Amino acid sequence: MIPLLFVIAVIIATIWLGIAATRKSKTAADFFVAGRSVSVFWNASAISGEYLSAASFMGVAGLIMKNGYDALWYPVGYATGYLFLLLFIAGPLRRFGAYTIPDFAQGRFDSPTFRKVAVIFVLCIGFFYTMPQMKGAGVTMMSILNWPYWVGILIVGSVITFNVAMGGMKGITIVQAFQYWVKVFAIAAPLFILLNVFGGYGSAVGANTKTKGAPRLGKTMDIKMKGASAYPNNAMSFSAAESTKVTFPEGATISKIGSVRKPELGEQPIAPADFVVTPEAISVYTPLPTDSKGNFQIPKGWAIEFKPVVVNVDGAPLIKDGKEVKTGAKIEFAEPVTVQVARVEKFGDLSEDKGAITPNAPANEKWVNPFGPLSSKHGYPLLYTYSLIIALVCGTAGLPHILVRFYTNPDGRAARRTTLWVMVMLGGFYVFTPIWGALGRALMPQLYASNATDTVVIKLPTMLQNELLGQILSGITSAGAFAAFMSTFSGLLVSMSGAFAHDIYGRILRPESTNEQRMKAFKVAAIGVGAVSMLLGLMVESFDIAMMVGWAFAIGAASYFPLLLLGSWWRGLTKYGAAYGMLLGGLLSLVAIVCSMLLDKSILKWEVSPLTRSLMEQPAIWGVPLSIGIMVAVSLATKNTIPADVDIKMLRLHAPEELGLSRNYVD
Amino acid sequence: MAEVDPKVVSRLMKRQAKLGLSVAAVFILLLIGLPLLNLYMPEQMALRIFGFTFTWFFLAVLFYPITWALSWHFVKKTEQIEHEQAEEMRAEGHTQ
Repeated sequence: MIPLLFVIAVIIATIWLGIAATRKSKTAADFFVAGRSVSVFWNASAISGEYLSAASFMGVAGLIMKNGYDALWYPVGYATGYLFLLLFIAGPLRRFGAYTIPDFAQGRFDSPTFRKVAVIFVLCIGFFYTMPQMKGAGVTMMSILNWPYWVGILIVGSVITFNVAMGGMKGITIVQAFQYWVKVFAIAAPLFILLNVFGGYGSAVGANTKTKGAPRLGKTMDIKMKGASAYPNNAMSFSAAESTKVTFPEGATISKIGSVRKPELGEQPIAPADFVVTPEAISVYTPLPTDSKGNFQIPKGWAIEFKPVVVNVDGAPLIKDGKEVKTGAKIEFAEPVTVQVARVEKFGDLSEDKGAITPNAPANEKWVNPFGPLSSKHGYPLLYTYSLIIALVCGTAGLPHILVRFYTNPDGRAARRTTLWVMVMLGGFYVFTPIWGALGRALMPQLYASNATDTVVIKLPTMLQNELLGQILSGITSAGAFAAFMSTFSGLLVSMSGAFAHDIYGRILRPESTNEQRMKAFKVAAIGVGAVSMLLGLMVESFDIAMMVGWAFAIGAASYFPLLLLGSWWRGLTKYGAAYGMLLGGLLSLVAIVCSMLLDKSILKWEVSPLTRSLMEQPAIWGVPLSIGIMVAVSLATKNTIPADVDIKMLRLHAPEELGLSRNYVD
Repeated sequence: MAEVDPKVVSRLMKRQAKLGLSVAAVFILLLIGLPLLNLYMPEQMALRIFGFTFTWFFLAVLFYPITWALSWHFVKKTEQIEHEQAEEMRAEGHTQ
């Protein structure tokens, strides 16, 4: 109940601020670029508010809890990626003075065709980024209030569509700024109380260096498992060190029992029965009952022990460092079900208050040290790490819905100062996310078992003894999460509506239309895009939030980042070079990442080498150089198409305002 | 404004690019260097500081203020360059 009140409060504040700001929003410039009059502080708050999405607010803490050190690169990359934007893009971009990023594409190269290419990318990146926001809203409402998935989507979607259609960019600026401060408060304030009660950040991280093994659950723990529709989050991987007892009070349907270890060449396959000790009352040799589809049907009330099995090669045990190599079982649930996980008690065991080694949790030393489960999963940890860094750092500088906010500053100097403050504000937010991850690992390991680490921010406060306080803190983080969905979606909606109303309607279809008509088109587009976004949100319930944001970053890194970087600094860039580089770099990255996801979900069944697999999942390391390479090569081959007035364009991009030479491309 | 000598713009861009690249070089060095240190000096990077391992503390805490300092340095310098360049252009009579 209490979390709901907080969520309602933040929604009402959003509507109210939106209506208040709407009264001041009158002209087309107000709708598209907030009249170019947003000050450094407000724009920095608004950009930070827009940027901190569902993935940042809930996903990053969850990723760090799940993967440890490797995932620290996410918050660092998200926050410090703005450095490239500051050094090379912010000033020139603002000085160009357009309404949308496709304006830059057309204006820099005098090519209406190129505008069309650019618009496609704005919409592509926009919709990919919108889907996870919608999903986040739906899932959060489900987990706080047990409301159906579509309710959260409908609320966030309609509130923001209303705000954007009424007030455009000017209408959302103050709302996004307000939501930044809500989010910082929501991520930081509960931590001060939690750290006070449960001990420090450093010790929560350092505890992992002191012992081997992994966190243990409480004595007997109810774990709510997801079904096959949530694959691969329907799996439970057991320890290779000791047996784990799982009780099935409601019975269960298990689609697969395999080994955690990926078998290497020559290793003998392990039969499901080898992992399983069935209830003694029945007989150790009773096979698990199966149904016609080959699923294991566990009868109600059974308790099964999943034991580690020695890996055999050519009939003999595999030996590593003088010890037999063992693997635990990995089971996949076909239907959602609640099970109980406990330790198999041994005679003379003194640590009775502790439960089983947490299924799905990485071992302590793998979690706290670099090159853990995230980067090592395909066997090329250094390559994976670098590719992730490139995607985050370059992707940040290639997100059109963020870039367009730089046009709202009065001049290039303010745009740069805004970026500096954005970095400070984002750093001030992201520095808290790993603390949630570290505390989550120490206090709520059951989230590993149920594959729900991405709810740690909402759930962790409920661990407090004082239930009321726990509910209040959980309410604060829920409100923060809602602020995140709303502010990011509002930015995306403005950017996509701008693409429809300004680029497609105002420039491509009806160049003769008046400003009033374009404003009306903006409102119509906002309602249309808002409706489509809600529909898309309903369709992506089983997709991973961080993964979908990853797509948007990968495309942005290999398309807009090279375009803006070279377009601002290299006279020799031609429209052909820029367009081919963007299309090939962006699309190939997208294809690679989508194929990688389909392989993950076992929809595609290709045999690919671990190296290729790694490069597919994190394409930035080849995508960004490829895009830049194509831009340079094609531009050199089409030198005759360099715009004749390229010097004037460079002057516009770089001349300080104090010379009085600056002109906005669109006033 | 077409009267502006392209060479003047070039000169401004070169100075700005040089500044941008030098700040970027420090940043890139950090991004490339930290994973390498993690790979080749794991024991030193795992030394304890305030309860953390050193590499955790560096990446999760120190990294942010370092990039803030780099940005602040860049913003100050680039504004200084623009001001100087504008004075120079005015002296040469390039403005309206």
